[in-house]
Amino acid sequence: MQEKDNTRRKVLIGLTTAVSLSGIPFAATPFIASWNPSARAKAAGASVKVDVSKMQYGQQIQVAWRKQPVFIIRHTEESLKGLEVTLSKLRDPNSEDIEELYRGQNLTRSKSKEYSVIAGVCTHLGCSPKYHPEVEPKPWDASWAGGFFCPCHGSMFDMVGRVFKGVPAPTNLPVPPHFFNGSILTIGEDGELA
Amino acid sequence: MSEMPGKLFGWLNSRLPILNTYERHLSKHPVPSKVNFWYLFGALASVVLIIQIISGIWLIMPYSNTEEEAFASIEYIMRDVDYGWVIRYMHTTGASMFFAVVYLHMFRGLLYGSYQKPKELVWIFGCAIYLAMMAEGFLGYVLPYGQMSYWGAQVIISLFGAIPYIGDSLELWVRGDYYISGITVSRFFALHVVALPLVLIALVFLHLVALHEVGAGNPEGVDIEEFLDDDGIPLDSVPFFPYKVLNAFVAIGVFMTVFAIIMFFFPEGGGYFIEMANFEEANPLVTPEHIAPVWYYSPYYAMLRAVPDKLGGLIIMGSAVAILFVVPWLDNSKAASIRYKGIYSKIALAFFAISFLTLGYLGTVGVTEVRKTMSVICTFIYFAFFLLMPIYTKFEQTKEVPKRL
Repeated sequence: MQEKDNTRRKVLIGLTTAVSLSGIPFAATPFIASWNPSARAKAAGASVKVDVSKMQYGQQIQVAWRKQPVFIIRHTEESLKGLEVTLSKLRDPNSEDIEELYRGQNLTRSKSKEYSVIAGVCTHLGCSPKYHPEVEPKPWDASWAGGFFCPCHGSMFDMVGRVFKGVPAPTNLPVPPHFFNGSILTIGEDGELA
Repeated sequence: MSEMPGKLFGWLNSRLPILNTYERHLSKHPVPSKVNFWYLFGALASVVLIIQIISGIWLIMPYSNTEEEAFASIEYIMRDVDYGWVIRYMHTTGASMFFAVVYLHMFRGLLYGSYQKPKELVWIFGCAIYLAMMAEGFLGYVLPYGQMSYWGAQVIISLFGAIPYIGDSLELWVRGDYYISGITVSRFFALHVVALPLVLIALVFLHLVALHEVGAGNPEGVDIEEFLDDDGIPLDSVPFFPYKVLNAFVAIGVFMTVFAIIMFFFPEGGGYFIEMANFEEANPLVTPEHIAPVWYYSPYYAMLRAVPDKLGGLIIMGSAVAILFVVPWLDNSKAASIRYKGIYSKIALAFFAISFLTLGYLGTVGVTEVRKTMSVICTFIYFAFFLLMPIYTKFEQTKEVPKRL
């Protein structure tokens, strides 16, 4: 008699525990989901427009998209040719490790032959790399051929944001979605979808 | 039980175990009769915890947790609120002092084997407190929304991005925005002032309950429970009151003096307690020239930078803290105290202490080739101290531990 009671009790305890546990994911959902970006944050993170026609050759400007720096560089022909020189130093010259939006279209990695559009946030720990276009020996690299250097932890990238070997940053700087409408560059939106 | 003074007290005591608890955990609680200054830091840590809670509550009142107003509200506290600067500097000095006494308290543990059987749980709760404190300190540092708040948080939150597959979405989820915005600040505020303090207080309670169950240690590593008097009280013990209380009061007096000197005269601690970049409002577009954590995280930051791989750096940093939890099972020594351990343990502990301090320095300065090599060596020594502990504590010659204190 005692045995039988115990079995029933165990079954009941097991069942009630299982039912309560199955409720946990449901109860947790609102608490976890409320940490996602809110509708307002998403709206504020929509696209930005820049007129890039006034940029000089070799110039880099920085615009804020989602309050993060995005680098726009108007390349000279020499600097685009110079990309060949540093090719052997790159970890991932074809951006195979990241989701590259405009792969194989232009040397600049963007939708334009002249301008690069690069997210200016180091893929290591999120600092903003500095633009050093000069082809001259630098403290961090004696055979520097122009590119980006992150002052925080010494990561190096080439002129179009591709990461060097042997630096802490794991991947190339990503290219954000963008499109050109004449000289108006829109960052944060892919023209083809719009 | 002794006499119950007064009718009201009697009424209360028959409904709430006041006298019993007071005698068991305070007045008559037996503690080892011979300890040294290393045994004072636990009491000091609880004093700082109280300072932090009180000054924290007062800081919540004028602080504003929005992106637009957070930084300005700190300046408002500093300039316009009567004595606001004292309360804020009390809290920032308290943060540094909290870590200072806890580091000394933890080193005492390593020095005298305060984690050895049966004190494993006391040690583990202590490690959990340390971990919760690190999270608490980080969240608090973000709240003023200064340059170092922003970029420090950027670096730490980016660490989540190193986790394979879920990293990027986890980063976005933690921030709740595409950058460290007011949304991030206000959720960190909630965690800093409500969630983590609750966790910390619960852990401190468990730490103390577990300690009182197994009894405090002593620098000789003698088990005082072996020789009891007729009442079952250890012969080598003294009651907590007045013997411990009075010398703790002297220590607290000295400590408060040091605390006050820092708070009034060196609140920034030369840029180590409050970094200079944090006197500037957060700017998501400009990274400060030199990002360094406050001094109490810098050893781990140096380890992070020593590894030329993002995920690897995260793993090393996490393991450096995680390994503390298993120390009770790494030490095979028959002796608890360093006084009776062998020469290998002494050398290992000395190297460990030097490497930890060196890492602490390296984490606050910029990277050069030499410093990077030093970080790698010190990180190696840090882990060797723990990972080789089962071997060197097993094979070394220990001295005979005395029976009595």
